[in-house]
Parts: sequence; C-alpha cells; structure tokens
Amino acid sequence: MGNHSDGVKAHTSAVVTSQEASQERFPDPGLPPHAPRLTDVDSKKAKGAERQVVLLFVISILGSLLFWVGYFGIEVSGNFYDVMNPEPNKMLRLQNLLMGLGVAFAMFGIGIGIVHWARSLMPDHEMVEERHAVTSEEDRAEAQEIMETIIEETGIKRRPLLRNTLIGSVILAPLTFVTLFRDLGPADPSVLKYTMWDEGVRLVRDPSGTPIKAADVTLGSAYHVLPETLSTLTHENGYLEEKAKSVVLLMRLDPSELNVSEGREDWNVDGIIAYSKVCTHVGCPIALYEQRTHHLLCPCHQSTFDAANECEVVFGPAGHALPQLPIRVDSEGYLVSQSDFHEPVGPGYWERAKHVKEMAGEA
Amino acid sequence: MSHSLQSDYKAKTTTGRIAHYVDQRVGVSGIVKEFGRKIFPDHWSFMFGEVALYSLVILILSGTFLTFFFNPTMVSVTYDGSYVPMKGVDMSGAYASALDISFDVRGGLLMRQIHHWAALMFMMAMTVHMLRVFFTGAFRRPRELNWVVGATLMIVGILAGFTGYSLPDDVLSGNGLRIIDGIFKSIPLIGTYISLFFFGGEFPGSAIISRLYSLHIMVIPAILLLLVAIHMFMVVIHKHTQYPGPGRTENNVVGFPVGPVYAAKAGGFFFIVFGIIALLSATFTINALWNYGPYDPSPVQAGTQPDWYVGFGDGALRLWPGVWPFPWEFEFLGGTWVLSVLLPFALMAGSVIMAMVFWPWIERWVTKDNRVHNVLDRPRNAPFRTGVGVAGIIGYATLMIAASSDLIATHFHVSLNDVAYALRASFLVGPLIGFYITQRICLALQRKDRELVLHGIETGNVVQLPHGEFIEVHKPVDEYRRYALVDFESPAPLPAQPNKKGKVNPIEKIRAGLSKIWFEDRVVAVTPAELEAAHHDHHSDNAVEGSVSASLEK
Repeated sequence: MGNHSDGVKAHTSAVVTSQEASQERFPDPGLPPHAPRLTDVDSKKAKGAERQVVLLFVISILGSLLFWVGYFGIEVSGNFYDVMNPEPNKMLRLQNLLMGLGVAFAMFGIGIGIVHWARSLMPDHEMVEERHAVTSEEDRAEAQEIMETIIEETGIKRRPLLRNTLIGSVILAPLTFVTLFRDLGPADPSVLKYTMWDEGVRLVRDPSGTPIKAADVTLGSAYHVLPETLSTLTHENGYLEEKAKSVVLLMRLDPSELNVSEGREDWNVDGIIAYSKVCTHVGCPIALYEQRTHHLLCPCHQSTFDAANECEVVFGPAGHALPQLPIRVDSEGYLVSQSDFHEPVGPGYWERAKHVKEMAGEA
Repeated sequence: MSHSLQSDYKAKTTTGRIAHYVDQRVGVSGIVKEFGRKIFPDHWSFMFGEVALYSLVILILSGTFLTFFFNPTMVSVTYDGSYVPMKGVDMSGAYASALDISFDVRGGLLMRQIHHWAALMFMMAMTVHMLRVFFTGAFRRPRELNWVVGATLMIVGILAGFTGYSLPDDVLSGNGLRIIDGIFKSIPLIGTYISLFFFGGEFPGSAIISRLYSLHIMVIPAILLLLVAIHMFMVVIHKHTQYPGPGRTENNVVGFPVGPVYAAKAGGFFFIVFGIIALLSATFTINALWNYGPYDPSPVQAGTQPDWYVGFGDGALRLWPGVWPFPWEFEFLGGTWVLSVLLPFALMAGSVIMAMVFWPWIERWVTKDNRVHNVLDRPRNAPFRTGVGVAGIIGYATLMIAASSDLIATHFHVSLNDVAYALRASFLVGPLIGFYITQRICLALQRKDRELVLHGIETGNVVQLPHGEFIEVHKPVDEYRRYALVDFESPAPLPAQPNKKGKVNPIEKIRAGLSKIWFEDRVVAVTPAELEAAHHDHHSDNAVEGSVSASLEK
C-alpha cells in the first residue's frame, strides 16, 4: 500500500484539531446478526411468494396482449378533430390508452416480479468486501518510470525546435477545420437594420391581409399589422425572416393622452400609433394590449411597455423602448408607413448602438 | 510454450460447456470473477442514478423509433394529413411529420409521449441523484472528478432536452428558439455573428431544424453516452459509497453481490421505470403540438413556459430588471452591452452552475479535509453543507418558479408585478433563511440523536414505583443502532495556519473565517464516557428513591 492508501482515518494530510479525535470512541460491534425473513423459515410463505412472482409475470404477458389489442383491435380511421365526426378522436385516444397501459403492465409485471423474487426468495445475507486503493505506490512509481522513459526516447526535451514546431502545427491544423464553419451563415450584422417597411407601404391586418382605413380604427382598439408587401414573399425567399422583423401593433389612443417627443410629432394619425411587435428583450411577439392602462405586455418574460409614453419600458427585463413606425394616411384613406423604422427592431445586440447612429444619418 | 495455450478441460454441465467455449475465445472468466459477486451497498437513495440511466436507455430506444418517421426539414409543404384544423396550411416538413407521427403512425403518439416523459424523468432523476450525492458528501475524495462528470452530464442533458423540444417547429418551440436568438445576440462582440451562424442568416432561416437535428440525434447523445461510460467506469474503480453503520468502515463495502440479488433488483428496476413512463404516456398528454400550429413569428400564446429543467434560465431572464434602477442596456467601448439578458445567464444561472461544479474543491479548501471518504455523511451530521444545499435548492427553485410567474399571477389573481417583486426578494433572501433554518434543524436532529443514545427510547410504558412516583420506562438503544448514531466526526473550526514562511496570508484568513462559520455551531457524538456518566446520574438519582427504576432501565 502506498501513500494513496485506502482511506484509513489515521493517514491524512488534514489537520485533526478537535480533542474528540483522541477521546475514546465506541467500538464497532460489526454487522448485526442476520434476521431471517418469513420466506426463509416458512416454506409455505416461500411457495406463496413464488406464486406472487408467477402472477406478476402473467400480468406482464397479459399487458403485452393488451398492447396488441390496442394496436390491431382498435380501428382508427378518418380525420381527427373534425367537428362533424368526433369518432376517430375517441378511437385514437382509446388506442393510445390501451397500448400505453399494455406497455406499462408488461413492464411493471416483469419489473415488480423480478424485484419481488430478489427480495423474497434470493439470499439477503449482506456480504463484506474489502476496498483496495485505486492505485499502489509501486504501480505509480513504475508508471512514472515508463512515462519518463518514453519521453526520454522521443528526445523531445533535447530537441526544442522539434517540440516547438510540433506545437505550432498542432495548434494550426485544427483551426483549418474551425474555418470551415465560417459558411454556416452570412457575417453582415447590418441586415438587422432594415425591415420591409418603406415609404408608402400599406398597413394590412394580420392574418387576413386587408388594408386598414384610418377611420375604421376606433378609439381603444388594437390591430396586429403586417406590411402589404410581405404577401409577395414565399417561404423560399424570406417570408418568415421578414415577417419576424416587420410585425407591428397598431393602437388608437386619445391624442391628448399621448406624450410625443420632438421629431415624432407627425408619426401618428390622430392618436393612431404603430410600434414594432418584437420585444426588445429577447424577441418574443408582444401580444397583449391592456386598453385601460395602454400597456403592452410581452407574454414570454412580462416586459411591459407604455403605449402612451412612446412604449418606454415600465416593468420587466426589456432594456429599451419599442421602435415606433411612422405612419400617415394615403389618398384613399388607408394607413401607410412613412418610412422604415428609425432604429433596429428586436433585442439588443453588440452593433445596435452603431446601427442606430448610422440609421439616424441615413434618415 | 505453445503447449500451455491448449486447454484439456472438459466441462460436465451445459452451462460449463458454453462458458468454456466463450472463455477459450474471449477470456471472460476474469470479468465474471471480478464482477459476478462484486458487492454493492443497498439503500433506497442510491436508485436515482439508476433511474437516470434507465431513462436514458428509454430515450434512445424511443428516439430511434421517432427518427424513422421525423423529417427534419424547414422546406414548406402544404399539410394534407388527417388532422382537420391544419388541412391545407403551409408548414415546414418538420412540423408536418410531427403531426403525422401523432396522428397517422400507429403508436406514434405514444412513442412521442414516452420520449418526452422519459426526457423529463431523465433530468429529474439526474437532479435528485446529484442532490443525494451532495447531501451525503459522496463527492469527496476520491470521487471529485466523477462529480464533475455528473455535473457535465446534467448540462449536456439540458442541451439534449432543448435541441429536442425545438425540433417540431411549432409556435411554442419557435418562440423558444427566438429567445435563444435574443440570448446569443446579448453576447458582447461576437453575439450577432453567433446568431447569424447558428440560424444560417436571420432568424428563423431555413437551416436551424436540420442543424439541431444533427446535434440532437448524433453529437449530444454521443457525448452523453461517453460521459455515462466514464461515470460508470469510475463507480467501478471507486466502488460505491455506503452509509455509516455497524460493520461499515472506510475500508470495506457491505451489501449484496451483483449476481443474483443486485442484478435482479437493478434489472427489475429498469422495467419498473419503463412502466412508470409508459403509464404517464398512456394517461397524461404532453406537448400537444397540434394545438400550437406551425411556427409563425407573429402569434404567441400566453402562459408559455419551457420544460422544467430549462425553467431556471427562463426564470432568471424574467427576474432581472431591464431599466431599474438604470437601463441595463447601454453603449460602452464601441458596442451595445445587453446586460439585462447577459447577466441573468452569466451571473445568476452561471454562478449556480459554477458553484455546483467546483463545490468539492471549495469544501476541501475550507475544511482542509483531503482524506479518502468511502463512508457517507448523514446530512444532519454535516449541518453547514446541508444548509448550503438547501440554500441552493431555494435559489434554483425560485428561478424555476419565476418561469411560471405569469401563471401564478393569473391562477391566484395577484398582480404580475408583485409576483416578480416577491420572487426577486426570494432569490436574494430565501437562500439565507433556508440555510439558517436547515442548519438549526440539523443541529437539533443531532441533539436528538445524542438524547437517544444517552437516555434510550421512550417506550410509552408508564409504571408506578412503590413510593408512588410515576416514571416512563426508557429502553436503551442496542449497540448496533447506537453505533450508527455515534459513528460520525464533528470537526472544530480550524484557525488560520501559517504558510511555510511562517506568515498567515489574507486568503488563509478568509478560509479560517469561513471555517469558523462552518463549524462554530456543532454537536459532537456521544462518547462511551458520557454514556457511562449518564447511567451513573440515573443510578444515583434512583438509588435514593429505590432500586426499581434501575432494573426498569434494562
């Protein structure tokens, strides 16, 4: 036994300070005497336990049969969640239940049976085994010698140039593979600046796609809005990506309730305001509008924005206000955007402050 | 020489012949000799690791079935399956095939539910197993590295779960990915690039499902299995820990042999775990993804929350104030720092994980106990550690509950804001209160143990002595029970130690301070001398009043 010995309390580098280490301790009485189980002494009980185990295995067999009854015996056909015909739904539920219960009984029967067998009929004498040290001093010394010999034979210590060039090459070679991941995606963050909104794009209802007349937007109402141009896109050429950025909430407040900052005076139409629906926290769609307090609430992490106050954050984890979409009325009385957003929508990111400045310059 | 390689042995029984045949070719007799009767200690609390292992096996079996039917593509298709509400709807191939598995593959729904329930069970079992290891001190030397392997398994398990429940590409999982996108973007300097690379462009892109799929079915399971193999290998090397008790020492293992008892119990237990998961899957719907619809960036459901094991991250995101007392998103050093998203992860969730991973070294630094420990601590006999564990549970649970803060508000009709304030307070103060109360309870339990050893068990038998006094008969505990109650250490605080130069450095002073807090309040085990003294007290008391009670004490 070496210095990595075996957990004997005496062998320690730790400092034992308290006096009780030297005080006398109760002696270890050793393992308690084995108390026989009923099944050990009574052969009838043993026979009974055997029968119980057999019963459990039979239950397992019946469980498997139940599974097949569900699989083959239940006829599930037709359409699901059809208001006119609820029958297939019921059958699907029944099939799932029978197969699931079948598997459950098949497994429980085997499992509980084996455990019961082990507990009641297999020997329950506790046995003792000695522990051995994970390693011995002898092995360690030998292993160390072997490693030293190996290093010595490579000559790597005597030939530093060899070692250094090896290190260099081993560091560089894997980096070539890391480089390959470069084409996982484009590397231009400026795509985050723009959405589909532009001068004169009509605001349409989500999901119907119908344009919105300013006169139809009553006081206190709110609309989920998309740019009309979105419908020209398909899933193959960026529909979801553009939609993810351009969703907007449209609300009408009493103009006297609105606090409008300098430069945004003409961004609303008689109290009709439009704000990005993408939460500035981590990007969930802000779906909840409370008309009485004119607060917008994100259902994911409860960031709360005040629509009357240019959607400043009033509660929750969001870090900045929702971007406002400047709107006006076109010649036919429909609501259209004046331009794109004046700052990037959605959560903050490293380049955001830079982008905000660039966009201010462009506008 | 070659002669000695020939074996002339002729087996007499069929078992013997088969064993001999195999043994001659692959030499398994050594393995049987080593493991056939290897001793494993038995205790109910040792089964959680088994539950985790078995859940993983069920995950792999059910997951393999699902791969045969799942189509990991974001290419848009028009749904034409048998689920009426989605007929004619444009959706990704992934979501369409998830609907097909649920409605048009017989037993597909059951397998989906088994896979999901097994995942929840896997994480739950790993968590409870880890708590068991923590509270009993099983992470101490020589098992520190296995603790780290276990903690890593836990983290990889979270990744496995997250990549898995993002695959169906429904509204719920899409919003989960959107949150991940926001979290990536909060990483300084490189966050935007990580997001663009991860999604193959702007969120959601058309690549993420197939990328998550390769991670979920190949890379992550491979890592999980490798770590599990290392974990088990180390358990064999170290042999299992055991609870203290008569006959159990640091140098032995007391328990049942692998064959047949332990193997039968453990093997049978696999089927029981499978049975429980099947029963849950048969009777409780989980992730009814047909209700959510295909991913669309516009709609969202109120009351959404992630699977429970991601909850602590989501809860941390909810609790961090965004603009109070100042905006946590600001420009500095040429970039935007999104601390309201970064800090919940780096600071709250991150510090919980780091403290967990490095705990064995933190504890060893303070206690300076570098001995090998094969005998576990009863949690009450390590009051400080147990207190820290409960504090950790409270901090973690607060974050997890915070992930349901909106549901709490709507169910109990309380203000959402008040729920958030209360949970913030609970995260900061709750762990301290939990620590204090737990430590006190541990000390009280230790005193109760002392009481039991010194004065025996209250039998409930009240007898009247000849002179009229009533006493309750106490029955002394037998020597086996007594040994289980006194076989523990109670170290005293360790004052600052000078280093080799004879100086006490500031770090050592901090350590000594911690050691003082750690061990200041302590209860020591009863010694034979104390027990003797206690008996004498009784005898002398009773001697005055008569000798009856002395005999009753027996």
